[in-house]
Amino acid sequence: MIKVQNLSFEYTGGQTVFQNFNWSVNQGEAWTILGPSGCGKSTLLSCLAGLRFPKAGQILVDEKPLTRPRPQTGLIIQDYGLLPWATVRENVSLGLDIRRFYGPDGKHAPLKSNVSENDVEKWLERLGLAEQAKKFPGQLSGGQRQRCAIARTLVLQPDILLMDEPFSSLDAPTRADLQNLVIELWQEHQLTMITVTHLIEEAAILGQKILLLKTPPNQETIVLDNPSFGRPGFQSDPTYLQICSELRGQIGS
Amino acid sequence: MRTRSVLLALLILILFWQVLAWIVHLDILPSPWEVGKAFIREMGRDLPAHFLASFWRVFASTLLAILISSPLGLILGQSKSLNKIFAPLIYLLYPIPKVVLIPVIVLFLGIGNVSKIFMIFLVLFFQILVLVRDQAAAIRPELLQSVLSLGAGRRALFRFVYLPASIPAILTALRQSVGTAVAVLYVAELFATQKGLGYYIYLKGSTLFDYPAMYAGVVAMSILGFGLYFVVDWLEKKLSPWQFAN
Repeated sequence: MIKVQNLSFEYTGGQTVFQNFNWSVNQGEAWTILGPSGCGKSTLLSCLAGLRFPKAGQILVDEKPLTRPRPQTGLIIQDYGLLPWATVRENVSLGLDIRRFYGPDGKHAPLKSNVSENDVEKWLERLGLAEQAKKFPGQLSGGQRQRCAIARTLVLQPDILLMDEPFSSLDAPTRADLQNLVIELWQEHQLTMITVTHLIEEAAILGQKILLLKTPPNQETIVLDNPSFGRPGFQSDPTYLQICSELRGQIGS
Repeated sequence: MRTRSVLLALLILILFWQVLAWIVHLDILPSPWEVGKAFIREMGRDLPAHFLASFWRVFASTLLAILISSPLGLILGQSKSLNKIFAPLIYLLYPIPKVVLIPVIVLFLGIGNVSKIFMIFLVLFFQILVLVRDQAAAIRPELLQSVLSLGAGRRALFRFVYLPASIPAILTALRQSVGTAVAVLYVAELFATQKGLGYYIYLKGSTLFDYPAMYAGVVAMSILGFGLYFVVDWLEKKLSPWQFAN
């Protein structure tokens, strides 16, 4: 579904983050991208979202080169990206409003879509936000804000879900709660999910496969399979503990 | 602000005025009671016409300033390169006390309404321009990116992000400049006109020596200022309810 081909990316200062980097993701897979600060994991996600562009190489999604944000790709970021002046309901329907604003042009909105205003209510219910619908983001807890961001993205029925450190600013119980929620949603909606994280445990919880990035420039594609993914009670599963320890070792080396 | 505390403050102010009038005991400081009577009397004469002339000037200039400076502020706030060109110019022009330009403006635009409206417009223009520009420039890139990822292009960003983000800035600018606008209006109406509260106050005080009527004009001008302030407050609650939600 996603193919990163010979990607080279440089920051404005001239620092090379990726050089001839290759990677591919199949439809319906759950990936995490793990690495230390400054390794380029958020940059890679921005490129996949069509918000930044490589110096050389290309990204193909469904065999088509990515030249701008795709209407079917959803992005969730760490600080939620909610409009502070809009209510929860208005924030959740923002994507629909933007689609209506342009009409089905195939560029900003898909040519065919069966998303309607009723879906907004459905997602508010599904994510436990129905009672908060008239509140503003400033009146919500961090967990509720991120639920709102998830609802806003998923109401558009994306096929790819990109998340950039989505739960980093949340407390541990809320984080665990939302991690379980996104796994459920991934299973329910057959999403292709890619999550950027700097937390080893989170990488092991949310990724069937883990892409490991190291100090730039990243040239080599280091991928670890995670057999513990999705297993109930994974925290005490030896394979989960093993993959965490392996990741710790890899990051340290 | 709660109505009760505003009314209490008004009562204290009137009491203070009354005490001062007793102490000074001169024609140039009539008591609030006398001024109240004069106000009611003048309301039946030409005070409403002067009030409306002043109100129209402030209203037209405010509307004009919002319509012209908000889009310019939004453009400058979005474009770093344009702002780089215009920022030094704004930096130079912004602090100039616009009121000193009245004689020049009257020379160019004549003695009618246009020069007075332009004068107040000038005061509001820079205030709104700078605040809207800074507000637009302060929008976090993460917010823009997440809205872009929902399919927004430049037009939708303008409609769904920049425009609503600029409303609080416009209202803050209005709140900050309402007082200055009314003060400038007073000075502007001293020049070559026979309509407006500035002219009315000057005429009653310095030509006819009718001090209670002069104070009635001051009260009318205060009502104009307070009324505008009140409208801005009301608009803020209507248009930016999220700022008041805790």
